[in-house]
Amino acid sequence: MAKQYETVIGLEVHVELATKTKIFCGCSTAFGGEPNTHTCPVCTGMPGSLPVLNKQVLEYAVAVGLATDCTITRNCKFDRKNYFYPDNPQNYQISQLYLPICRDGRVEIGTEDGKKFVGIHEIHMEEDAGKLIHDEWDDCTLVDYNRSGVPLIEIVSEPDMRSSQEVIAYLEKLRMIIQYLGASDCKLQEGSMRADVNLSVREAGSGEFGTRTEMKNLNSFKAIARAIEAERERQIDLLESGEAVVQETRRWDDNQGESYAMRSKEDAQDYRYFPDPDLVPVVLDDAFLEQIRARQPEMRPEKMLRYKREFDIPDYDIEIITESRHMADLFEATAALGSQPKKVSNWLMGDTLRLLKERDMDPGDICFSPENLARLIALTDEKAINSSVAREVFEVMFEKDIDPEKYVEEKGLKTVNDEGALRAVVEQVIAANPQSVADFRSGKEKAIGFLVGQTMKAMKGKADPGMVNQLLRELL
Amino acid sequence: MANVISDETIEYVGILAKLELSPQEREQAKKDMGSMLDYIDRLGELDTSDVEPMSHVFPINNVFREDIVTNGDMRREILSNAPGEKDGMFMAPRTFE
Amino acid sequence: MKIIDMTAVELGTAIQNREVGVQEAVSAALERIEEKEALYHCYVTLDQEGALGQAREVQKRIDAGELTGALAGVPVAIKDNLCTEGMLTTCSSRILYNFVPTYSAQAVVNLQRAGAVILGKTNMDEFAMGSTTETSAFGVTRNPWDPEHVPGGSSGGSAAAVAAGECFYALGSDTGGSIRQPASFCGVVGLKPTYGRVSRYGLIAYGSSLDQIGPLCKDVRDCATVLEAISTHDPKDSTSVPRTDTDFTSALVEDVTGMRIGIPRDYFGEGLDPQVREAVLKVAYALKERGALVEEFDLSLVEYAIPAYYTIATAEASSNLERFDGIKYGYRTQEYEGLHNMYKKSRSEGFGPEVRRRIMLGSFVLSSGYYDAYYLKALRVKALIKRAFDAAFEKYDVILGPVAPTTAPRLGESLSDPIRMYLGDIYTIAVNLAGLPALSIPCGRDLKGLPIGVQLIGDCFREKKLIQTAYTWEKIRGGSSPDEDTPTVCSPARKDECRDVGPAAGKEER
Repeated sequence: MAKQYETVIGLEVHVELATKTKIFCGCSTAFGGEPNTHTCPVCTGMPGSLPVLNKQVLEYAVAVGLATDCTITRNCKFDRKNYFYPDNPQNYQISQLYLPICRDGRVEIGTEDGKKFVGIHEIHMEEDAGKLIHDEWDDCTLVDYNRSGVPLIEIVSEPDMRSSQEVIAYLEKLRMIIQYLGASDCKLQEGSMRADVNLSVREAGSGEFGTRTEMKNLNSFKAIARAIEAERERQIDLLESGEAVVQETRRWDDNQGESYAMRSKEDAQDYRYFPDPDLVPVVLDDAFLEQIRARQPEMRPEKMLRYKREFDIPDYDIEIITESRHMADLFEATAALGSQPKKVSNWLMGDTLRLLKERDMDPGDICFSPENLARLIALTDEKAINSSVAREVFEVMFEKDIDPEKYVEEKGLKTVNDEGALRAVVEQVIAANPQSVADFRSGKEKAIGFLVGQTMKAMKGKADPGMVNQLLRELL
Repeated sequence: MANVISDETIEYVGILAKLELSPQEREQAKKDMGSMLDYIDRLGELDTSDVEPMSHVFPINNVFREDIVTNGDMRREILSNAPGEKDGMFMAPRTFE
Repeated sequence: MKIIDMTAVELGTAIQNREVGVQEAVSAALERIEEKEALYHCYVTLDQEGALGQAREVQKRIDAGELTGALAGVPVAIKDNLCTEGMLTTCSSRILYNFVPTYSAQAVVNLQRAGAVILGKTNMDEFAMGSTTETSAFGVTRNPWDPEHVPGGSSGGSAAAVAAGECFYALGSDTGGSIRQPASFCGVVGLKPTYGRVSRYGLIAYGSSLDQIGPLCKDVRDCATVLEAISTHDPKDSTSVPRTDTDFTSALVEDVTGMRIGIPRDYFGEGLDPQVREAVLKVAYALKERGALVEEFDLSLVEYAIPAYYTIATAEASSNLERFDGIKYGYRTQEYEGLHNMYKKSRSEGFGPEVRRRIMLGSFVLSSGYYDAYYLKALRVKALIKRAFDAAFEKYDVILGPVAPTTAPRLGESLSDPIRMYLGDIYTIAVNLAGLPALSIPCGRDLKGLPIGVQLIGDCFREKKLIQTAYTWEKIRGGSSPDEDTPTVCSPARKDECRDVGPAAGKEER
């Protein structure tokens, strides 16, 4: 009988914090600047420059630690991790090894077998590296330090996960918590959330861990799931053929669907960590922690309870809407502008989620404002536009947050409510379609649908179908 | 000399420190490092079992900056000393395999 | 009085009184440089034109009443590990042979705000690693008291420039004695402030937890005045300490009545030159006569300071100097195969032997398996040394001892045996480990005529005690009269005659 194997997975998740400035200097963290325009002597490792800690980084890190049941380290320090690479301007990264800011936390995830806790070993603060771009023309690497010094937290889990489903559930949970805290937008594609997977396999029932590998370059949930399956297979194949798994770092190639070892003779993996003498210890007292605790925003469970009390919408809607803080905020802001909550949730759960999925986007990417959504709902409430026009307008709004009132006005999409004008068109349709008229009169109820459609077509969609129906019945 | 530094150690430290030594320099480095370590080993004479390592001399803690953008575009200055530059970026030997 | 013989404050006062113009002052310094620099080689970079340009600007601001301080218009020399915007900053290393910073060190900015005119950048041991200024990639600096001897180091260029009158004062940096020891060898006053007193922003780091910028001056008043100008709290340096007690010139008081002075027996043991010993103890007796309470005590742990220091300093240096990699600035080797070969070749060709030696040692003591045994052990010993000083400062206001075991050695004598060279730092480095302020002031000369310095060590942020004690000693000794404390400068053409007409010739030790 073939041996049964168990997969043991731990994650190292890097999250880019949503600060305005970098962790140790006053450079902007904004995306998309020209190369090296968001740099200064500190984040490019110029001689004589010195780091000073951004307080907001500490506050976000503590907030995430508190939300994941961590113990906050009252006396924490920064260490230097020494390794040479061009994206690392000082050739050491300022990170935390000996006294990370948070330790011993956990998050709850849902699995096929019910709820389960994934332990968090530690969370530490560190700086991001620059970007390397391969230049084919000169066969060299070009270095852009705009991302160098952008603050990160690294969340290191315990090896508590056993499948890619659990890994995805854990990541989704982390992302939700961190987005709720406003500490990061957690976008995998843009790299503001990155996960490295530590994976080993062992015979089912064994109490000991196998040799693990670390997998890097995983840019989507799909890639993570694929990489986990492939690495599990690779390790089992090795063991089955009597070979040993080598402890190493591997790089996932999602196009090829396989990974390869990142080995180099020049890569000793001896980081010579030591406390950074340029930075002073961070000592946190009860008052500071209380302050952060008091500022923690409403998290999802409390929000769901409140929505049940405050909004007349089904539980299912509440569950969907609160999955993302951004979605929930959009919902509340729109409802606060007077829109009927159920109508708001319909737009969010229907067309919004559909478009997000079609475009592979996050709720955080939604660009339309609550004001414009409220205007759109008002237009339909007033029957100024019909529902198909509304959906058409919504798609435009989803793309570039237009003002629906102006758009409807400019494009002449307003429903014609002038009964006289509509009556004239209906009369023309009746005259032009004697067969359908006859069918209807002989009791074929379906025929009226065709006549409504013809009228709507003649009106270029700008009529209220109910009103058309009513007029047709009256005139027939 | 109590500390004998092997060729492998010198080679390894060379990889860490990104330094390349000629054969003569290597012999000198082995000798120097060995005698320095012998000297440093004298610290072992002191009982420090109840002493915490001291990285900072004074209890200065919690020095922070506010999260406010203070730097503008300094690209021209930042690149002004670069041995190689292209398209507003530093030029390095290729890192991609 | 000739301009060139004035102290910085005397010159500054003359400038404020419109007795001397700023350009006149700068020209006097440039003339002296022209005359002496070929022999002494105090500077790595000279900026004659820039200095004259600055002089015009500063004069305008003085005339407009904007600059009224004692340092306005006074020419200064800056050690070449302090960044100066638009002016070459090399750390006397090939790896930074072409580096022009786009910003100035905060201490330099502070001096410029006070109206200082920068003459140029002074020579030093490469990356401040050395005690003789012989590890400079750009040639040795000679001691103005005897050009066959070293000026000390690593701030040897700054000390020699002050001694030779090639500037009116200078900035240096002190990681293990690099201000005090060259000040002692060159017969000038040098002060290493408390760690955190002066911003390190813009100081190219050697050992970050030990480095501190300080002045090298002709007398104690200059020293207090310059320290007052450069001591500011800097939000760009996390280790900069906000203090209000920076009115150092208020401590220029000739009075040591009741000053408790401790003489550590451990500083007067084996290895100390008897002439140095005698000169230093003479200061103690003189201060006692003026009412100071002087007694001997055992400081302890002195012999452990050097191994602890070299562990910590080299470990930090190995990391601090990683940024010199041929990508962002500085030297890049011409031919290489791939990234790592470029790193190795650029760094091996760019760094000199002493720097390479320290980087190797520092990388080793931090490497996997050795961190606890070496680095953490050294940090524990550092804690013990700090405790020993804390205990001493419960009893004393000032600790008095030698700066170095000998006077300036001859050129070329020191570098062969690293341990022997490092032993020369035995009286200075514990101060850096404990973050304390300390001052070196001339107290005599040896039979060869070379200057001897006495070291005064204070408790954290008690620079004023040092200044008051040093000022009193300076008054006892009779001020800094040129014939006593200025080397008889010799021109390069007459180098051979130097020893006959130099400071050693025909002068008696008092």
